[in-house]
Amino acid sequence: MSNDPSKDPRRDSKDGSDHDSISERYETVIGLEVHVQLGTKTKLFCACENRFGAPPNTLTCPICSGHPGVLPVPNREALRFGILAALALECDIQGHCKFDRKHYYYPDLPKGYQISQFDLPFALGGGVRLRSGKTIALERIHLEEDAGKNIHAEGHSHVDLNRAGVPLIEIVGMPEIRSSEEAHDYLESLKRSMRYAGVSECDMEKGSLRCDANISLRKHGAPEFGTKVEVKNLNSFKKVVAALEYERRRQAACLDEGRAIHQETRLFDDQAQQTRIMRSKEEAMDYRFFPEPDIPPFEITAKDIDEIRPLLPERHWERKARLMEEAALNDYDSMVLTLEKETADYFEAAWKALGPGQEEAKLTANWVMTEVLRLSNEENVPLSKLPISPEDLAALCRLIQEGKASNQAGRKVFKHMVKTGEPPAKALEALGLAQISDPAELEPLVRAVLDKSQKAIKDYFKGKKKALDAMKGGVMRETRGRANPGLVNEILLRLLEDLRED
Amino acid sequence: MKLHQLSAKEMRAKAVSGEVSPSELVDSCLEAIGRQNDLLGALISVDAEGAKARAKDLEAARARGETPGPLFGVPVGLKDNLCLEGQPMTCGSNILKGYRASYTATAVKGLLDAGAIPIGRCNMDEFAFGSSTEHSAYGPTKNPWDLERIPGGSSGGSAAAVAARMLPLTLGTDTGGSIRQPAALCGIAGLKPTYGRVSRFGLTAFGSSLDQIGPLAHRVSDLGLALQAMAGRDPKDPGTLDNAAFEAGDQAPSRLEGLKVGLPKEYLDDRVAPSILARIEAAQKTLEALGATLVPLSLPHTQYAIPAYYLVATSEASSNLARFDGVRYGNRQKAKDLEDLYLETRGKGFGEEAKRRILLGVFCLSAGYYDAYYLKALKVRTLLRQDFEKAFAEVDVIIGPTTPFPPFRLGESEADPMQLYLCDLLTAPANLAGIPGLSLPCGFDEDGLPVGLQILGPALGDETILRVAEAFENATDFHSKLPTEAVQ
Repeated sequence: MSNDPSKDPRRDSKDGSDHDSISERYETVIGLEVHVQLGTKTKLFCACENRFGAPPNTLTCPICSGHPGVLPVPNREALRFGILAALALECDIQGHCKFDRKHYYYPDLPKGYQISQFDLPFALGGGVRLRSGKTIALERIHLEEDAGKNIHAEGHSHVDLNRAGVPLIEIVGMPEIRSSEEAHDYLESLKRSMRYAGVSECDMEKGSLRCDANISLRKHGAPEFGTKVEVKNLNSFKKVVAALEYERRRQAACLDEGRAIHQETRLFDDQAQQTRIMRSKEEAMDYRFFPEPDIPPFEITAKDIDEIRPLLPERHWERKARLMEEAALNDYDSMVLTLEKETADYFEAAWKALGPGQEEAKLTANWVMTEVLRLSNEENVPLSKLPISPEDLAALCRLIQEGKASNQAGRKVFKHMVKTGEPPAKALEALGLAQISDPAELEPLVRAVLDKSQKAIKDYFKGKKKALDAMKGGVMRETRGRANPGLVNEILLRLLEDLRED
Repeated sequence: MKLHQLSAKEMRAKAVSGEVSPSELVDSCLEAIGRQNDLLGALISVDAEGAKARAKDLEAARARGETPGPLFGVPVGLKDNLCLEGQPMTCGSNILKGYRASYTATAVKGLLDAGAIPIGRCNMDEFAFGSSTEHSAYGPTKNPWDLERIPGGSSGGSAAAVAARMLPLTLGTDTGGSIRQPAALCGIAGLKPTYGRVSRFGLTAFGSSLDQIGPLAHRVSDLGLALQAMAGRDPKDPGTLDNAAFEAGDQAPSRLEGLKVGLPKEYLDDRVAPSILARIEAAQKTLEALGATLVPLSLPHTQYAIPAYYLVATSEASSNLARFDGVRYGNRQKAKDLEDLYLETRGKGFGEEAKRRILLGVFCLSAGYYDAYYLKALKVRTLLRQDFEKAFAEVDVIIGPTTPFPPFRLGESEADPMQLYLCDLLTAPANLAGIPGLSLPCGFDEDGLPVGLQILGPALGDETILRVAEAFENATDFHSKLPTEAVQ
């Protein structure tokens, strides 16, 4: 076995030098095909419930289990969801559409064909915006039905058709992604778009978002793409990145040795963290597409689109840009606050309740990004169901802003509010945490501390800044943290200067 | 006349008046079936107990004062590719041996709602692939007029059962002529409605864009009654038309004054047997005598209909039959792995003709051939449709022979499937164009075999062709002649 690290594709992807040397030699070209399950009430072509996690084969009927004589009746809600998703990604909705049949044999495919869209998908173009500002163009989005699931256990194979017929959109991206990091960013952005539009939860663990990746390498500046390899079975963003990194190194090693890349479909093996061949180009399936004769071609009218467009909320990247602009938040904060639409909604409601300024925005943002999100995560409760409403949070922020509570006290008040549901002012009082911001009340306390701090005072005059902190800490201890720290500082400095004159 | 020899309309009238009970009608038909079916092989299975129970239910409903439906008490047969919940459905194939339908076809439900009593399942070519009913896993059906001959197909069982007067009314399905051709060869009437008029929900698909369910009967008026019970927009079939509903007229017309009857020269050329052409000429004279005007015309793309039909039909069939894999239902063979399961189940489950058609269809749809075959066939379809549109701008109906030749002897066509495919020459164009067509008896050839007259109408012109057929029937007595005494 060669010791040349570039020839061993199993090497750790974190190895920076290897990474760089491949990047110097080759440009990586990636295109992703993403399947998103639409969260409709019922399946795409029958009235069965569209729900994850039910006991096997309890959400089936003659239609989705492919009995003789059944016919598919398109679900209008699924088309609406699809259009909403396409609008979220700025696609062109197509007026004239049809369904086609895609044939292959597998036990989880009840009819022996999947109803999909071949040459007349319902949406073309559009794009996915990356954080960098780069947009990855989309080729198309089409609507199709999901297959069931094969379950292998104890030497037997079982088929669960609960998922068969669930509506999917397949979002086909152009080969414009240039690194696994961009691929990850693409998926994050796409997922956010779908969740904002409310068409899918995009939960990869439940299979409501699935990804296949096409990847090839080429010399920098080469006019043609290299031979691409398709990688399947990527059921987490982490696996997408790992598989792409592995493939990139495998292909680079191949090319370095002057061997050809074979056009093939590979499977990602999570255990081995490797891709392995699933089928070659020669074994590629002939799906025998032809127009679905059971469903007449259909039109999506401008009126249909006009009715759906108002249902599309502000897109996540639009919202992020607006928050950066209106609230003067930095890139990171605005990104965190717009990860989920619910978070952005919560933040904006609290901000609006607190006040219009950018200072209020920053204060609110800090609280949402820390205490509020932590609470939501720890309790596993969506923001809309938190015991603290955006208005409650605004009231708490106001106490802090007005100097009636310190940040530290604020956090205790927050916890108390969660426990009791009391409004912030009352919680503050109940906890005895109201901040002491009255100089007349604070000065005697500071004097008392100074009286007991002769050594610290000496140190302070010798230039030891830490001595000041110790005295400040003394005041805070005396007041159990309720003293307004700014004011304490001010008084301390003034009194110390008086002492220096002595 | 024995009860089982009555028309559906006559049976209903007697049942409603109380002259006979539905139970008596059922018993009479069961008696005729018991006497003749072993000889003819028209019915694959008979549900005597179910039929008797349903007759009792109908009688009880009547006694409660419920209004009797337009097919009240009428025993019917269903082609074995139509779903009736809980009943076996084999489609004439081994692969569905033991299968029971889990729901009821919309068309069948229409008949039930009208008061009909399903009595048995009619034999058919496997999955409706054929024109002879020889390609059934349950044995061939024989022609009641000559037991040595085929009854036509694929709805051969439905036609033979009516011709032998086992049942007054049966349902068949017509993809390229599978109702009209056996109706013609068995000397009865059969209707293929306009595509989209009768829901296909619950019909095991063969050629989805061509299939239509339709009735077979010995009287034309019964076709109208059955169509009325079945037709209508069905939310379960997106292919049904908004204005699919149909109402049968009460009054049988006696004259056809002002009717323009098209005579396409392509349907009357030397590909058609002289004995048949002679009967069609006589039929033209009958129509003329009824006041109709004959208009010679041309349907220039007729010659492309057969290749186009076989490309479309087999392509769709190959796709539609992909679901029969032994995984979820049907006759699964023992296998060592997944691929073996498919090979064994489908290899043993399908007969030769089914395999031939699946292979043809798979080939047509394969990458690189799609454009040359399927897409080309769709273009031919458009041309054929335009042929008919132009013709129906000039005439009200088009007539011609239903079949180019009289029924083969059993086994005769096996050596040359192409010969059998030509049976669809005159019927497949209507399926490709989606227009309605019917066949009714217009005489007998020198061997005493029935000859069928085909009447085609424009889309949704079902009412027109039924009216013309009924007028013709009233003016002739071919419908009243019964086949050989052995099978009455």
